[in-house]
Amino acid sequence: MAFILSFAALIPLDSLGHYIHWGWVEISVANFIIIVLMIATFIAAITAPFPGRRRRKENR
Amino acid sequence: MSSSEIDRQWTTRLRRRVEGKLPPEKLLPDTQPNYVSSWIYVFGVATMSALFVVIATGCILALRGPQWWHGSAYGHFINSLHLWSVEIFFFSMVVHLWGKFAMAAWRGGRTLTWMTGVITFLASVATAFTGYVSQSNFDSQWISTQAKDGINATGAGAYFNVLNLGQMLMWHIVLLPLAAVVLTALHIVLVRIKGVVPPFEENPVVENAEVTQ
Repeated sequence: MAFILSFAALIPLDSLGHYIHWGWVEISVANFIIIVLMIATFIAAITAPFPGRRRRKENR
Repeated sequence: MSSSEIDRQWTTRLRRRVEGKLPPEKLLPDTQPNYVSSWIYVFGVATMSALFVVIATGCILALRGPQWWHGSAYGHFINSLHLWSVEIFFFSMVVHLWGKFAMAAWRGGRTLTWMTGVITFLASVATAFTGYVSQSNFDSQWISTQAKDGINATGAGAYFNVLNLGQMLMWHIVLLPLAAVVLTALHIVLVRIKGVVPPFEENPVVENAEVTQ
């Protein structure tokens, strides 16, 4: 429980959310991080080698 | 009963049609083409797995009710599992969607497979939104009072009242999850019937192409 509380303390949930303002674009930092993570995951998903794929190709 | 009578029965005709379209070896195949070895499909399976957890935790929340999920440690835990499995569901679904868009996965008569995926995504977004307004806390009150202006501006407010907790909860736990689950099942069956879309050819032969100099 103490571990969970100390981990939760890293993210202040009682304060107001942080927002990024860029011209007419307004997005919360949390949503921005999620979108960046999704783009990074997508790039990794299409570029990272799939385990065992090379072995299967050689066996064919 | 004669064999011609048996042939005319709707059960016989339906069974033959299903056997023809989706034989058992196609429904649960032993092997897949090499190009299916892609992380994009892992995210498709992750979406399904997350949906399973969403439904399971939602069932537990339905059994115990709001006072339990707001007021007990175990209730908080299941409530958080419900939230975070939804986060993983959408994260995985979007990565899968982007990947399939880049592959133009509707090629080769797979339009219905693509469209069931698209409509599942839209149904899931609606399920999530009705979930926001069904939390029964200050957050859901705030979101529903903000959402009502948008819904009323479309003219749908008389039929879809986001301030009506009972109506929103029923949409969230019955109608929309039913649509999402049925569409997901249909999507998977269509993937099995049509197969996974093959990659683009490196040097496609373009028929009737005009040679320009």
